[in-house]
Amino acid sequence: MNFQLNEDHIMMRKMVRDFAEQEVFPGAEHRDENEEFPMDLWKKCAELGLAGVTFPEEYNGVGADYLSYAITVEELSRIDASLGVTISAHSSLCANPIYKFGNEEQKKKYLAPLASGEKMGAFGLTENMAGSDAAGTRTTAVREGDEYVVNGSKIFITNGYYADTYVITAQMDKSKGVKGISAFILEKGTPGFTFGKKEKKMGIRSSATYELVFENVRIPAENLLGNEGDGFKVAMTTLDYGRIGIASQALGIAQGAYEQALKYAKERTQFGMTLAEMPVIQFKLANMAIQIEAARLMVYQAAYFASEIHDNRKISKYTAMAKAFAGDTANAVTTEAVQVLGGYGYTRDYPVERMMRDAKITQIYEGTNEIQRVVVANNILKD
Amino acid sequence: MNIVVTLKQTFDTEAKIVIDGSGKIDAAGVNLVINPYDEFAVEEALKLKEKFGGEVTVVSLGGDKTESSIRTAMAMGADLGVLINDPSLENVDEWAAAEILAKAVAQIPYDLILAGRIAVDDGSSQVAVRMADALNLPSVSSILKLDIDGDKATVIREIDGGSETIELSIPAVLTAQKGLNEPRYPSMMGIMKAKKKELKVLTLADLGITAADVASKMTAPKFSLPTPRKAGKMIAGEPAEQAAELAKLLREEAKAI
Repeated sequence: MNFQLNEDHIMMRKMVRDFAEQEVFPGAEHRDENEEFPMDLWKKCAELGLAGVTFPEEYNGVGADYLSYAITVEELSRIDASLGVTISAHSSLCANPIYKFGNEEQKKKYLAPLASGEKMGAFGLTENMAGSDAAGTRTTAVREGDEYVVNGSKIFITNGYYADTYVITAQMDKSKGVKGISAFILEKGTPGFTFGKKEKKMGIRSSATYELVFENVRIPAENLLGNEGDGFKVAMTTLDYGRIGIASQALGIAQGAYEQALKYAKERTQFGMTLAEMPVIQFKLANMAIQIEAARLMVYQAAYFASEIHDNRKISKYTAMAKAFAGDTANAVTTEAVQVLGGYGYTRDYPVERMMRDAKITQIYEGTNEIQRVVVANNILKD
Repeated sequence: MNIVVTLKQTFDTEAKIVIDGSGKIDAAGVNLVINPYDEFAVEEALKLKEKFGGEVTVVSLGGDKTESSIRTAMAMGADLGVLINDPSLENVDEWAAAEILAKAVAQIPYDLILAGRIAVDDGSSQVAVRMADALNLPSVSSILKLDIDGDKATVIREIDGGSETIELSIPAVLTAQKGLNEPRYPSMMGIMKAKKKELKVLTLADLGITAADVASKMTAPKFSLPTPRKAGKMIAGEPAEQAAELAKLLREEAKAI
């Protein structure tokens, strides 16, 4: 077991961290308050290769491993979790299913511009009546000649409205249950495909979260992703890997909040001493550090397995564990960070209140932490 | 157009300096970076390569750890690296560094040599210009702008209270001042490619010189930290009294007026 990052990983971390501190940090509070999508930063991320870290060079990707990707999302999220999830949803939830299930034409047409960041991606799985119960998809697709006609809607779609390419799921044969669901690649601008409600959220406020509306949307038959009936498998595999992105986001949020608390504790004095000299505060900081270290090892292990073991059924347990643990860590650490900063931590003058608001979603999306435990339980009981 | 950039690895500017018991600087645990002024030089070289083609070679004098800075420059886009790493080179003075670098650079085909105007650790601001002399090349320091046309370079150089425009023919040595450009972040693709690029490690013997040939003429026997800043003095009383007391202290204690 080698617990050291290699030189490439160290260089990548430094680059993303420098970029995040110098370019992302200055506008983070403003973007959060105004729910302003980070389009300029997204473009800079694309130029630096952050939009296609794990995809092969032949499709404009970087050809790096999942650990490089985890570090990328972690370092971005340490400063701005909204930008972190923008990259994560694009890479893991849209580009990745096309990479894993797409045919050569689809990869050339859709994956290549996604991996270079020329286009942005999103994933339309969740519906009003199909959240944790993803199989309960009510969006329908009907084959008509050389097209599929799609009707329905999706909610809570990250990167919605701004993304150019969408991987969506629709039910083609309810009698077949999950085996009736198919996945499709849908382009923005296709007639009948519009955007509905923009969600007003507690946190990750500069991440775009939109409703997708499909009214007799005609998708060319060649945009079927995989075979008819593969849709649920496409979605579940996508989420198995996507969890690494969210786990990394949670880890980054926790790290950022912890550093704020550490810094503040060394500066703030009460009762004639710094907070850092008080055992009560020392223990809070130590607990944060312990949890983050554990979360980091789990996230990096999951990332390592994802690159080394090309069978999502084998890595599923580890990515679920990492996501559940990192999400819980982010929430515990950010709440404690606000506590350490006290009254000031509760105001917008310091970033920890935003980090606490950002952390909550990591226990919910891309599979709630309850579902993660279902995944882990299923895995450990079948062994 | 082939460009050589001489680069130094220095302490991170935010590093806390610790002096050990024998008056030497303790480098343990310090974050090492490319000298920020050398980054301007690397960036300028890359911009010229993008415009004119050719290769950028980074040359550095240092230890094992210096390799990581050369790899970072390669990740930014530099093509080749040369590290002069010899056990006898624990402490080199500016003359020795310039002589050694000149010997290494002379082995590389170049049309232009770029460097940072000053290293942020020892701040001597001499090596590049001394090296130019050793190579019998003209040099201009602290450039803010560089244009190349054939074998002619036009530079704008920062001087006290203004700037001067200088024309010179290349090859030449030019040192970069802050403001010359905005160094790029290495891209992910660049980082992946960096480890595959050629990085030659040379000893003095490889350059055809011995330690005696470049024995330092100057040594720094010890270092000490600046006296710590004293706490500010609060002056009490009514405004008129405070002003009088302040004036008295500025004259008699601070000797500032």
